[in-house]
Amino acid sequence: MNVLKIKELSVRYGSVEALSEVDLEVQPAMVYGIIGPDGAGKTTLMRSICTLLPYQEGSIEVLGYDAASQAKEIRARIGYMPQRFSLYQDLSVQQNLRFFARLFKVNHAEMLKRREQLYKFSRLEPFAKRLTGNLSGGMKQKLALSCALIHTPELIILDEPTFGVDPVSRVEFWQILHQLKADGISIVVSTPYMDEASQCDKIVLLHKGRVIGQGSPAEIISGWKGKLYSLTSRDLQKLYAFLQTKAGKDNLQLFGSEIHLFSEQELSSDKIADWQSEFPELESCVEIKPGMEDVFLRMMQ
Amino acid sequence: MPSFSRIRALAEKEVFHILRDSRTLVIIFLMPLLQLIIFGYAMNMEIRQVPLLVDDLAMNSSSRALVDAFVNTDYFQLVPKEAGTLQPDELFRERRAQASLSIPKDFGASEHRVLLRIDASDPNSAQMIQNYALGIVNSTGIQTDAGIDLRAQILYNPDLKSSFFFVPGLIALILVMVCALLTSISISREKEMGTMEQILVSPVSATEILFGKVIPYLVLGLLDALIILAVGMLLFQVPFRGDFSVFLLFTFLYVLTSLCLGLLVSTVAKTQQAAMMMALGMTLLPTLLLSGYMFPISSMPVILQKLTYIIPASYYLQIIRGIMLKGNNIAQLYQAGLSLLGMSVLMLIVAARRFKLRLS
Repeated sequence: MNVLKIKELSVRYGSVEALSEVDLEVQPAMVYGIIGPDGAGKTTLMRSICTLLPYQEGSIEVLGYDAASQAKEIRARIGYMPQRFSLYQDLSVQQNLRFFARLFKVNHAEMLKRREQLYKFSRLEPFAKRLTGNLSGGMKQKLALSCALIHTPELIILDEPTFGVDPVSRVEFWQILHQLKADGISIVVSTPYMDEASQCDKIVLLHKGRVIGQGSPAEIISGWKGKLYSLTSRDLQKLYAFLQTKAGKDNLQLFGSEIHLFSEQELSSDKIADWQSEFPELESCVEIKPGMEDVFLRMMQ
Repeated sequence: MPSFSRIRALAEKEVFHILRDSRTLVIIFLMPLLQLIIFGYAMNMEIRQVPLLVDDLAMNSSSRALVDAFVNTDYFQLVPKEAGTLQPDELFRERRAQASLSIPKDFGASEHRVLLRIDASDPNSAQMIQNYALGIVNSTGIQTDAGIDLRAQILYNPDLKSSFFFVPGLIALILVMVCALLTSISISREKEMGTMEQILVSPVSATEILFGKVIPYLVLGLLDALIILAVGMLLFQVPFRGDFSVFLLFTFLYVLTSLCLGLLVSTVAKTQQAAMMMALGMTLLPTLLLSGYMFPISSMPVILQKLTYIIPASYYLQIIRGIMLKGNNIAQLYQAGLSLLGMSVLMLIVAARRFKLRLS
C-alpha cells in the first residue's frame, strides 16, 4: 500500500495556478524528495498533503485517508515541519515537546519514553530547559523534527528542513532522516539543494507547479541524453562570453570555478583545439558525468 | 466532542506565554491603572467654589441663615464686597460671578421667594449649580417658592460626586478593551508567527483552540477587574454597597463576553496590528458613547437605543452601578447577566464556526 498517492492534483490561488496535474506515489519507509527552485510549488504541495490547503482538482490519499474529507484522521497520523520555524520560541525545549505530545494525546509515560528516544538522536537533552528561541538554527530544526515525531507518526512531511542551517548540521540532519527511514518511517521532504536530492530514494522535480521529472536520482541522471563538458579559465566571465557565441547561452551553466557545457554530440578534439587557438585563456575542456543539478537545470529549459 | 486534556494543554501553554511576555503583562496590569488615573482625574466633572453674588435686601436672621448655608459648603464662595458696586450683569459677563442670589426685603416674613440666577453658558455646570443650590435651600427647610414646594431628593450619590459615576464606567470600559485585545492579539499572533500552522496539523478542533485561549484570560480578566476596583475605591472613594460574590459572578460574565468578542475579531484579523485596531474600534468608542457611560441611553434617539442592546457594556454598566452604588442583588440584575451570557455563547458559536482549520 502507498503511504501517499496524489492524482492529477491542481491547486489554484484565485486565478494563479500554483500546482497543475501533479501525480506522485510514495511507498512505505522511503525518503521521497520534492525538488525545485523557490516558487516551484513545493510548499503548496506539502501543505496540500497536510490537509492545510483546499485543492480544486484531483485527489490526495494519505495513509489511505482522503485529504479533502478526512483531514482529522490524517492530521492525527502524520508529522509536519513547516518551512518557517513554527514552534513556540518562548517555551523551553521540554515544554514544546510536552505540549505537542499532549496535543496528540500521547499519555505521559509514553511521552517520556518517546522523548528519551528523540533526545538520543537529537542530542538536545542537555538543552531541555533552554528557551527554544535561544537555540542555534540546527538545534531548532532538530527540535522541530522531534516535535513532529513525538506521536510516532507513520509519515512525516518536512518542508525545506535544512534551509538556512549550517553544512555540518545539514549532514547530521540527513543522517537522522536515514535512521528514521530504517525505523520504517516514510518521509516526504522538500529541498532546493541538489546534494540532498541525491540522498532521496525517489524524487519529483517541480518547476512552475508542474512535474518535470520523477524517479530515483540514478534513473533521472541516466535519463540524460547528450554530453557534458567542464571548461575552466582564469577569466571565467570572458570564457562565458566566448562560449556564448560558439554554443549558445542555453547550453551553458556557471558552476563555481568552471563552466558546464551541454552538447548533443561529442565535441571533436579538433573543435576543442580550434577554440583553444581562438581563446588562448581556455585552460581545460574535459567530458564529465552529469550531476543532479546539471540534469535539473537542463530539464527546466 | 472537545477534549478536556487538549484544552488544558493549550491553556497551560498560554499561561507560559503570559508569564514570559512582559508586553502582555503591561497591557493587562499597567494600562488599566494608567487609564483609571488619567481618566479619573481628567474627567472630574465636579464644580467647586462657584463665585456667588449675594444681594440680600432683607438682612434678617432668615436671610443670614440662607446665605450661611450657601457659604458653609465647598460649592459656593461669596464674591467679595467691593465687586458689589458693579452691576450683576457685568459681573456675569466678566465671569467674576457664576451665580447670584437675590433675597427680597421681607424674606422670612411675608415673602418666601428668592431668585437664583445662573450663568448657563456652560449648561452642564449650570445644571449642577442649580442642583447644588436646590440641595442647600432644601436642607435649610425654607420653601423655594410660595406656590410650589420643590424638593428634589438626590439618591445614591447625594453629593453628585462624579467619581461615583465614572469609576464604575471605567471598570466597564477598561475590562472590555483589555479582554477583547487579549484574545484577538493572542490568536492573530499565532497566525503571524506561523505557530498556528504547526498546531493545526494535529487533531485539535476549533472549539479546543478557542477554549484554550479563553480560560487563562478569563482568570486574568477577573484579576484585572479586582485591581481596577480596588484602585478606584482607594483613589476615588467610591462606595461598594453590594455583595462581593455578586460582583464576581457578573464580572465573570462580562469578562467572558469581552473575551469572546476578541475571539470573533481574531477570526477576521490576520495580523496582530489589524486585531488591535479592530478590537479597539469595536470596544472603545461604542462603549464610551453608546453604553450609557457618558450619555444616558434614555435620551438617545430610538435607533441608537436599539443599538445599545448589542453593546456588552450597556448591560454591565447597569450591573456595576447597581452593585456598587445601589447594593443590587442577583434577582435585580439577572436579566442583564443573562443578556451577557447569551451574547458570549452566541459569539463563541460564531467564532468556532468561522475559525478556519485550513490556511487561506
